[in-house]
Amino acid sequence: MSEFKYALFTGCTAKQSTPELLSSTLAVADKLGIEITILEEASCCGASHLQDFDEFLAHVLNARNICYAEKLGLTMITICNTCQLNSAMTKHALDNDADLKARVNEKLAEVGLEYKGTVEIKHFLYTLVDEYGLQNIKDRVTVPLSNFNIAPFYGCHNIRPSELHHGSNNGENPYNPTSLDSLIDALEGNPVDYDHKNKCCGFHVELQANHASEVLAGNAMVDAIDNNADLMVTPCPLCHLKMDTYQDSAGKVVGRDIELPVLHMPQMVALALGCTEEELGLNFHVQKAKQVFTEATA
Amino acid sequence: MSNTRKVTIKAFRFNAETDYLPSYKSYTMEVGKDELILDLMNKIKWEHDGSFSYRRSCRHGICGACAIKVNGKATLACKQNAMELLDLFNNELVLEPSSKKRAVKDMIIDKSDFWEKHTAVKPYVVADIEPHPEKETKQTIAEFNNFLDSDLCIQCGACHYSCPALEVNEDYLGPAAFVAAYRFTVDTRDSAGLERLETTAEMGTGVWDCVKCFECAEACPKEINPIEKITKLHNLQFEKKVAKSNIATRHAEGFVRSIRKHGFLDEADIVVYSEGYLGMYKHLTTAFKMMKAGKIHWQDGVPFIDNMPKIKNLDEVQKLIDISMTNKL
Repeated sequence: MSEFKYALFTGCTAKQSTPELLSSTLAVADKLGIEITILEEASCCGASHLQDFDEFLAHVLNARNICYAEKLGLTMITICNTCQLNSAMTKHALDNDADLKARVNEKLAEVGLEYKGTVEIKHFLYTLVDEYGLQNIKDRVTVPLSNFNIAPFYGCHNIRPSELHHGSNNGENPYNPTSLDSLIDALEGNPVDYDHKNKCCGFHVELQANHASEVLAGNAMVDAIDNNADLMVTPCPLCHLKMDTYQDSAGKVVGRDIELPVLHMPQMVALALGCTEEELGLNFHVQKAKQVFTEATA
Repeated sequence: MSNTRKVTIKAFRFNAETDYLPSYKSYTMEVGKDELILDLMNKIKWEHDGSFSYRRSCRHGICGACAIKVNGKATLACKQNAMELLDLFNNELVLEPSSKKRAVKDMIIDKSDFWEKHTAVKPYVVADIEPHPEKETKQTIAEFNNFLDSDLCIQCGACHYSCPALEVNEDYLGPAAFVAAYRFTVDTRDSAGLERLETTAEMGTGVWDCVKCFECAEACPKEINPIEKITKLHNLQFEKKVAKSNIATRHAEGFVRSIRKHGFLDEADIVVYSEGYLGMYKHLTTAFKMMKAGKIHWQDGVPFIDNMPKIKNLDEVQKLIDISMTNKL
């Protein structure tokens, strides 16, 4: 039995538009001997938008998700920064406000559940870096990523607000984050240092403020490219969707031709651990990315 | 460990009256363990170059004058220990004004946009009062607590000039104005709440253009958490029936519709629902690319075909929505 056992909250995108995120996460877990139970009961976290409409309802739904991890007695891990943020925000709110916790539990009792506040919530990036350990990962690298300059794109919701995340991200400083850089380093890739690594990708206003969204994504990718990035990697599927799916249009808005494969963090790890092309699922990218596998394994 | 450290500090230098472009100059100095970023700026001015310009006044973290950026981090110079930042940034500090494009001289910026936006939300109690009242208009503790921490704002501009939404859209009111809007909207003595909710509900300038990056929460030296007030304003717009049906409000409310049906968000449906069928032409190119990559499927957009995955125990979620939902669009 593995000493690393977790309950996985997949989030919505891993079940729909980014199936490669789920397959590569499971492949990495398998290679590293991490035991994962998928929380099939978990619903959408509200993605920071349901919260705008009805904050209380969002707390009820997120508390329900956490209840299922509590039933298993396992740390709930996330593979999306926004799932991490919203689950952690609910946990923080309920653990610090007895009245709110009671009101939420009153609703949950109607479906036979109770939120206790007994499990941790952690993004898979920090599970790998801080719990499994970089040296342990490094020891298992079979495909070193030494040919690639990789731009880490942290995504807002894993690093801000720092006060909320510090318990689960080992005190990562949002103004100088290092976890993803160290992970790239452990996989023998070359981390790219650039100003936009901890900035916003614009995903959340894609619909209502399209221009702003495209400028933010475009600026970040251009900065990475100007610092010699061959690839970008992100722990957040929403950042991924913005940078991958809207790469051409963002490039147009900032006046540059952008060609930058954007990998999910678990895809990058899966690549270095020698997982299969199918597990990586680079074919699900909008921007041509399959060559990354060919180049790495050549 | 030595209590001082010899370091080289870089500072942004610019004079809008004489310079075409800014430059960065380096200054070597000893930094003591209790010194503040403000002390470093004083050293530059007093020991290296008397023309170095910055705003400073109270030295107690209350006037908000000395807000600058250090290595991109919003910093109230009189509150921030210098050693902490030297540790965080490997002994390389770069002092810059809060907003480089608004620089007047060195660290001093033209903050007029901040004050205009602040004024736009009527940051004061609007009330018909007796000019010579016989007794005070009292607030209960609960009424006061409702302000949360929004009353602590010192208008330093740290959140405003850290906001990426504002950086790319100059019309956006920004986090500090929203904090003020919230502060006075929930004040029981005030009567302009609805007007402020309408102002902050405007597309392009209001809260719906917030990119949800939490830079403001991180930047605030008074730990006010402006984005929390932005969420409260969103909620209040629905509660007070100020929210109009538009792409942003339907996007927020549309989550309920998806979650009720599937437990998951239906990624295709939320776009159709938010945009309306007529607005979908904007998304055809993207939809086609996503279809080609196998991210979405042709059936996804057809109303009568349900190929969405479903969560286990979906009935629980449906019941919870029915009994917990407090707002309507």
